[in-house]
Amino acid sequence: MTDVLTIKNLHVEGRPPGGDYVPIVKGVSLNVRKGEVLALIGESGSGKSTISLAAMGFARPGCRISRGEVWLNGRDIMALPPHDRHALRGDEVSYVAQSAAASFNPALRIGRQVIEAPLWHGAGDAATLTAAAVELYRKLDLPSPETVGEKFPHQVSGGQLQRLMAAMAMSCGPDLLILDEPTTALDVTTQIEVLKAFRDIIRDQGTAAIYVTHDLAVVAQVADRILVLKNGETVEEGPTNQILHAPQHDYTRTLMAAVRPAPHLVDHIDPAAAQAPVISVRNVTAGYGALTILSDVSVDVPAASVVGVIGESGCGKSTLARVVAGLTPLREGTVILDGEPAAPAVRDRPRAALKDCQIVFQMADTALNPRQRIGDILGRPLDFYKGLKGRERAERVAELLELVDLPREFASRFPGELSGGQKQRVNLARALAADPKVILCDEVTSALDTVVAAGVIELLKSLKDKLGVAYMFISHDLSTVASFADEVVVLYAGRVVEKGPSKAVFSPPFHPYTKLLLSSVPEMRQGWLDGVADTSEARAASAASVVIGGTGCPFANRCALAIRGTCDTTAPAVRDLPGDLQIACHLPVGELPVS
Amino acid sequence: MSDVSDHGAPRASVFAGLRLTWTAGLAGAILLFWLVLALFGPWIAPHGEAEIISGTTFAPIGEGGLLGTDKLGRDVFSRLIYGVRTTMLLALITTLISFAFGVTLGFAAAILKGWFDVVISRIVEAFMAFPSTLLALVVIGAFGTSITVLVLTVGLVLSTGVFRVSRALGYDIGVMDFVEAARARGEGTWWILTREILPNSMAPLIAEFGLRFTFSILFLSGLSFLGLGVQEPAADWGLMVQENVGGLFLGSSAALIPAACIASLTVSMNLLVDWFQQRQQGETVLEKIDQ
Repeated sequence: MTDVLTIKNLHVEGRPPGGDYVPIVKGVSLNVRKGEVLALIGESGSGKSTISLAAMGFARPGCRISRGEVWLNGRDIMALPPHDRHALRGDEVSYVAQSAAASFNPALRIGRQVIEAPLWHGAGDAATLTAAAVELYRKLDLPSPETVGEKFPHQVSGGQLQRLMAAMAMSCGPDLLILDEPTTALDVTTQIEVLKAFRDIIRDQGTAAIYVTHDLAVVAQVADRILVLKNGETVEEGPTNQILHAPQHDYTRTLMAAVRPAPHLVDHIDPAAAQAPVISVRNVTAGYGALTILSDVSVDVPAASVVGVIGESGCGKSTLARVVAGLTPLREGTVILDGEPAAPAVRDRPRAALKDCQIVFQMADTALNPRQRIGDILGRPLDFYKGLKGRERAERVAELLELVDLPREFASRFPGELSGGQKQRVNLARALAADPKVILCDEVTSALDTVVAAGVIELLKSLKDKLGVAYMFISHDLSTVASFADEVVVLYAGRVVEKGPSKAVFSPPFHPYTKLLLSSVPEMRQGWLDGVADTSEARAASAASVVIGGTGCPFANRCALAIRGTCDTTAPAVRDLPGDLQIACHLPVGELPVS
Repeated sequence: MSDVSDHGAPRASVFAGLRLTWTAGLAGAILLFWLVLALFGPWIAPHGEAEIISGTTFAPIGEGGLLGTDKLGRDVFSRLIYGVRTTMLLALITTLISFAFGVTLGFAAAILKGWFDVVISRIVEAFMAFPSTLLALVVIGAFGTSITVLVLTVGLVLSTGVFRVSRALGYDIGVMDFVEAARARGEGTWWILTREILPNSMAPLIAEFGLRFTFSILFLSGLSFLGLGVQEPAADWGLMVQENVGGLFLGSSAALIPAACIASLTVSMNLLVDWFQQRQQGETVLEKIDQ
């Protein structure tokens, strides 16, 4: 078979602010044959996105391709003048970016943007191209393919937009498709439909593809071959089967281990701890403006334990944390912190109450003031809550840094000088500075690489054992929650659908939504996708999207087991099941999904 | 990510590692030159500010004084040197006033939000709806021409723009996670403003200060030219243009020289601000190199 793309000895350099060029990609060679999907995997900074862009002869601002050859369809495109190279893009090679929401122009209708490239390349007139685009929409399994092109980007869901992005990329019938983390920003349930659509269209059109991702389980579903990268160099290359089952290199094994940590299952709630929870959220309703996000949510966090809160984006996880912290005022219900009812707004709470409950934000990059030194960032809560000053304070800052496995010298640095994982550790240390009883962790590992995230989770565990601090651990990543939480709360559209000890939640019987979530987590075996995408649950789930604030059970419109006339009209009551499990569902216990 | 942090330059100071471009270097040199003249003017100027040195009015360059004489036979060179003092000092004071009002109210509106924000914003918009020169003319016409009235009026007029910029900055930075973290800790408004928001808005505010300073020079010179600004016998560049504009028909350059000086000062300031902004933006763009 002929190679569509051959990259030989590619070197790319980038220039940091005010510095000299430093190598990002150091002599990588690869080739992609017709109809083949090559996956590039590695942590951020491994150069995988940079290589995928170089396959189009493109380098981001501040970067340059310094050496190497890029052969596309038998031509060295680096030798072409810029104008000819420009003409190739969108025609022979096209690109799907991570965030479709950021790649579509919000002011233009989708259809017009999808046919923009073929129109520019003169592949036909608008009418024939639109007809071809509708055919693509149908192949990508988009709802109402005839009319979706008339909509604006904000009128379709994230998963649909990502598929429309694929339609845009495929509209010219390219020989090479580059997919740069196309499902990373999506929820697991949405990821399935998008992955399936991508894989089918690649097979259908016989297009060669480069699939960039850090998720090995996703790779297992789509790739024929895998190239493992680290710091801009090739670590290992081989067929998917071989890399997944017989990795040769230690680094590949580390990556694999970090993807799916072993579950940590607790089968009971300690009655003594449950009596005096550090956080008790009782029947809370909250929202922004006219929008109600949380309705009638009750969650308890017992002392020195981990309560995982899971759910898809937009289900109210972060709002729950903000309500507990007092940043978003609640409308109804109460938040009880350490036995005392807390004021709804943070400014009305006494310092002692604030001290006991600290919050850690998702984005470590923005959670630390870039103009303050680490020593000041950590020192402020010490001063604020405990009145520590001078040498005492500096000493405690050093202790805190050591507690989160960072060197003491970091106190004199600025956040910009730290890596993502290090920033998240500082972020955590700031919360620990107050000696809290409970820490609200809002997606603290979501923005980190799997290996780095695994390190942060290990740290959280050891801190819990050492200091007896409790966590409300909010995440959309089920395997992380399963490896870490004692109790789990499943949120859907701002309501608690299931909660209980982690073992009870992660084993049958399930709430239909919990079942969907669990079956949507990609497994690291080839062929998993075909099995899961064909189930009645997956079809029902992809048929509709989340509706917040409707009547009846919020999940009724996406549930394969919904009872007509009951589920869509009456909100289900929370029922107690054996093993401290609570499920909000109309289905009789015997009919709840079991496997 | 990790690649970048290894090389990310510490941003300890806004002025660390200047990396001047040639335009910025030239502009900086010109500004420094005027600053030195402003500070040591009286010792450098060969004659007094209002001293009549020659019976010849509108003497050409080289005769009478170094740069000729003006309509009353005063030394243009000396008046130019005294003028840079007045011009720069008044521009500095008005810019400081506009920042004192604009920044305080702008950040207050961004933090307090609600009614305070609505009321202040509408008032400011009403002021912005007037042509600024007309507004200044009305106020100065009503209160009379004195330096105090002049400075306060121009400062207030310019503060509307500063208000808009500060309010936008306050809103943008006020929703960032580190500010939320401070709020969750229980910090008061004053701490959040002075320790979290202000340090992170310094770069755009410095650039804004430069631009307002330029506006201020042009505005003050314009008012002086209309006879509403600095009054004789004091020297001011805008005033000098007005005094000597009649000399243009006699072939005298006494009006052109101060005009050129105003241009050199404002253009230099603009070039310096351009360089500063590019440098700041360059940093934020390039920080994301290896995402």
